[in-house]
Amino acid sequence: MDNSSGVLPVEQVKKSFYQESTNKYTGIGAWLLTKDHKRIGLMYMYAIISFFVVGAIIGLLMRLELLSPGGKLFSAQTYNSLFTLHGVIMIFLFIIPGIPAIFGNFFLPIQIGARDVAFPRLNLLSWYVYITGAILALTSLFLPGGPIDTGWTFYIPYSVRSGTNVSLALFAAFVLGFSSILTGINFVTTVHRLRGKGMTFFKMPLFVWATYATAWIQIIATPVIAITILLVIIERAFGVGIFDPALGGDPILFQHLFWIYSHPAVYIMILPAMGVVSEIIPTFSRRTIFGYKQIAYSSLAIAFIGYLVWGHHMFSSGQSDLSNMIFSLLTFLVALPSGVKIFNWVATMYKGSIDPQPPFLWVMSFIVLFSIGGLTGLVLGSLATDIHLTDTYFVVAHFHYVMFGGTGTIFIAAMHYWFPKMFGKMYNIKCANVAVVLYFIGFNMLYFPKFIMGYMGMPRRYYNYLPMYTPYQRISTYGSWILVGTIFFIIGYFVYAYYRGKKATSNPWGGVTLEWHIQSPPIMENFETLPVITHDPYDFSQLKEMKNE
Amino acid sequence: MSGNKHHIGYGTYVIVWIALLAFTAITVTIAGVSLGRYTLFIALLIAAIKSALVINIFMHIKFDEPIFKIFLALSGTTILIIFVLTFVDILYR
Repeated sequence: MDNSSGVLPVEQVKKSFYQESTNKYTGIGAWLLTKDHKRIGLMYMYAIISFFVVGAIIGLLMRLELLSPGGKLFSAQTYNSLFTLHGVIMIFLFIIPGIPAIFGNFFLPIQIGARDVAFPRLNLLSWYVYITGAILALTSLFLPGGPIDTGWTFYIPYSVRSGTNVSLALFAAFVLGFSSILTGINFVTTVHRLRGKGMTFFKMPLFVWATYATAWIQIIATPVIAITILLVIIERAFGVGIFDPALGGDPILFQHLFWIYSHPAVYIMILPAMGVVSEIIPTFSRRTIFGYKQIAYSSLAIAFIGYLVWGHHMFSSGQSDLSNMIFSLLTFLVALPSGVKIFNWVATMYKGSIDPQPPFLWVMSFIVLFSIGGLTGLVLGSLATDIHLTDTYFVVAHFHYVMFGGTGTIFIAAMHYWFPKMFGKMYNIKCANVAVVLYFIGFNMLYFPKFIMGYMGMPRRYYNYLPMYTPYQRISTYGSWILVGTIFFIIGYFVYAYYRGKKATSNPWGGVTLEWHIQSPPIMENFETLPVITHDPYDFSQLKEMKNE
Repeated sequence: MSGNKHHIGYGTYVIVWIALLAFTAITVTIAGVSLGRYTLFIALLIAAIKSALVINIFMHIKFDEPIFKIFLALSGTTILIIFVLTFVDILYR
């Protein structure tokens, strides 16, 4: 990389993007009407973390209900609404937009040497569309009819017959889908059109590759759920028999259409997280990534195979046996590119000079949790075992290990990795080290007993249970207190660091991708002059040059 | 965009428009004819031809850069595979 351009020596610190506005306004107007990708990323961050906290508190309340058998705290109907809201908020408002909208927006243009995304106005629009969808979802809670109680999967025929505000909540998901599509279009165009001089596809950091593959899923898969949602709304409003068997429809068709989107959506959630892992591991191992091209291609392979496995959500729904067999086989295929990634990450650490800073520890925690989630996925992908475990806590545990243990953990890892760059402040390392241990303990206490209960036959989505499950449910609830407590602790030390933290240097971790070549926090439009890229993305021989700057 | 350089005459647009109308008429007509398990297949085939006409001529993809054709082929193939897999269920249920 040509370090004579685009890089500011430490003593020449310029105004950061916080101090400059892209429009004539200052204060709140500078944020709400900004076209700067970094500010939009941060606006997403504040919104998404707020919804995450709400979702986590609802989860905490559900665990509180399950502390002892008997259903004392909430009625069955309230509990139905709670798990639906928890699912809808966590899936549509937190985990799908989470990493791409925050860290993708903030770092994708910087990492490819661009001044902004290809369509800055569209980027701002996508944030407003997201907020509109979120407001619609919240409105559906308070209108007559009451909060939606169908589960986040909106399965037919109940979602057509339920008297709750299903149509409005569905419409909210429809609107949120548009935000996702707009972000996808923006990232694909940015990667194709705005890469810096010398930034060929195979010089792009792997986070960019992962976000690029994700963007394609967002563009191709999201319209399917949009149309499905509209069909359900039409069926509810006009009684057209599309899905409801009482009206001559096919309920399994709904499940097909729903999972044609929602399974690839699982990869929308996990792929960017895998990209973050591919950034953090080389940085803290001081070693170039093992198998760069294989990791890049495996992202594309996961994105593609991800389209072909949706039927594994429907093994017990009544779809044809032939479909069950085909989908089971295809499901096992996804394990291959996922395995490629895990082994390449581990091989990167081999003989590396490992510096166990907090982001690295979070990634270690991810590898354990995600592996448990992935391997129990194979149990569910096998036809025979799936029949026993369908709709039990086993599925809930698997899902949370993959999504929360996978994407959620990496969301927190990404916060720890990029916080000094985004805010120019450093958090308390000791607190972060304590947090990762508490998180790991709380997480496993909360979710591991669910595997055992699921195996014993405890069905998901019940507000009450037989006394035989009491010890496991108790451990799970105690775990939820530790986990949610840790999350508040993390938010606490980040907020403290934001106001009172020590000033961070431009490259606190010794990273070599482009964001570590510029000042913290970055200037407006990222680079003084656009950089020329000559090095591979994880070539740590650059570190010497960077120190001499 | 290179698509703008290529000028398509009004004649072509009119022919395509008439073709689209004709296909719509065929769709409506055969909806009343019982073709058994081929009904859906024929309806989808006609819809695919109509989409191809609109995308190629009206949306100028035929005259555009190869990258857009690749993107479109990729999306089209994905949709095709999704249809095939869904039909495996419907036909063998």
